[in-house]
Amino acid sequence: MLQDVITVFWRDWIVLHRRLKTFIISRMVTPVLYLVAFGWGVGRSVQVSQGNYLDYIVPGILALNSMNISFNSVASPLNMSRLYHKTLEEYLVAPIQPLSFILGKILAGSVRGLISSVIIIVLAYAFGASFQMSLLLWAIIALNCLVFASLGFVAAMVINSHEDMGNFSTYVLLPMSFLCATFFSVDKLPQAVRCLLELLPLTHASQALRAVSSGSAEAPYLSIAVLLAYIAAFLLISLWTMRRVRE
Amino acid sequence: MIQIEKLNKKFGDRTAVRELSLEVKNGEIFGLLGPNGAGKTTTIRMLTMLTCPTSGKITVNGCDLSCQDHQVRQIIGIVPQHFNLDADLTVWENLELHGRLHHIPRAQRRARIDELLKYVELADRAGERVQRLSGGMKRRLMIARALLHQPSVLFLDEPTVGLDPQVRRRLWDLIRRLAESNLTVVLTTHYIEEAEFLCHRVAFLEKGSLIALDTPAALCQNLGSFVVEWYEAEARQTRFFHTREEAAVFASSLTVTMTIRRSNLEDVFVEMTGRKVVD
Repeated sequence: MLQDVITVFWRDWIVLHRRLKTFIISRMVTPVLYLVAFGWGVGRSVQVSQGNYLDYIVPGILALNSMNISFNSVASPLNMSRLYHKTLEEYLVAPIQPLSFILGKILAGSVRGLISSVIIIVLAYAFGASFQMSLLLWAIIALNCLVFASLGFVAAMVINSHEDMGNFSTYVLLPMSFLCATFFSVDKLPQAVRCLLELLPLTHASQALRAVSSGSAEAPYLSIAVLLAYIAAFLLISLWTMRRVRE
Repeated sequence: MIQIEKLNKKFGDRTAVRELSLEVKNGEIFGLLGPNGAGKTTTIRMLTMLTCPTSGKITVNGCDLSCQDHQVRQIIGIVPQHFNLDADLTVWENLELHGRLHHIPRAQRRARIDELLKYVELADRAGERVQRLSGGMKRRLMIARALLHQPSVLFLDEPTVGLDPQVRRRLWDLIRRLAESNLTVVLTTHYIEEAEFLCHRVAFLEKGSLIALDTPAALCQNLGSFVVEWYEAEARQTRFFHTREEAAVFASSLTVTMTIRRSNLEDVFVEMTGRKVVD
């Protein structure tokens, strides 16, 4: 079982390793834009309770970026592999558990999310942001990566065209990127909208990251529990999609 | 080696395979023939557990085949119709991935990869990305991949579709050599001459049902070993006879140009499925 997870991960790792330089450079573009536009540009005229706006948005950028990278690293290649290249069949005919394949793919996607998070932290320091690093901070980033890598797995297995994959990103990931406590606090929003946003995993990820990075004494247990629940749910759906693929 | 009993597969209202029962013997090359949409690929997909049957029973080498059966997966090798090699990986890495997925120990795996790359004449391309290979090379690599874990049954779905004639013949030689080493081969094709050249026995499928099963020679004999072929009303007409004499007598009664020849599997196919294989 573990051996098979490693095999699936190994394949994604050698592909990433071959393009590591390009991957790192391209992953720098979006965060730099966010940091310039919101941190330097908008940020000069914005007041937030915890001081500097740049410091405020870095956890948000970490959350939304790790979401996007983890999701896209799994979703798009897996969708193509299932629908066009048919390389998924190679795993389906192999004597391995479906769960091994799921975990291997999700872990590989999460590793990409984590690498891009390291890049953001380096960039954020370069832009002069200040925040506290801790093991807990990394644990929350990792959980966020796992949530969206597993969501990417589900989307790739359920959605039947490449175009609809793009639509999924536009309707689901893009709104979350902006609304889920990434650039502003959801407290100021109308009650109904706020309740809705509180249900979404990215809201919990950004709030938890913000609390931890600003040195809050209490660990955000509720948010961690919500992220874990999402991971469990998406894993179960992933297992179901692996059974359905043989219909 | 393989027993199929009353196999059915429905996709919604459409029945792709209907009440299929047949047996494939150990060490034979078995052909599944039929026009497009006859259910050949669906049958192969069920035999390789890529699709679950709606009903019916399949046993491979005594193992009952359910969709989670790892035991069966170890003993079957699959070469699908489309190129499903991993284009992001090199030739060697594709084989390495397959070997790892089939839990072949490292030393044995590497030795086997080298051996197979030589066998399919791709040893000098090992480090190259798969996307740079030609169609024939990709097909050979897929065969090497399917053989890596030393299966006892090999499934080939349209193994030579879209290949140059000389490449096809090389692949045929390869497939024959495999069968000589006591591997059971099940292949689908709609190139009739391929089946005639390779297969010990063939099954004809039409609209999901089995309509004939025998050796190519017996199928020709049943229909008549000799055929008179002529053109009338701008269409090809044929008539079958058991002896050359009978055929000659009939031919002399015709007023148009005609040919007398030995019947082949294609004649049987056309006669049975009632239409010419055009593609």
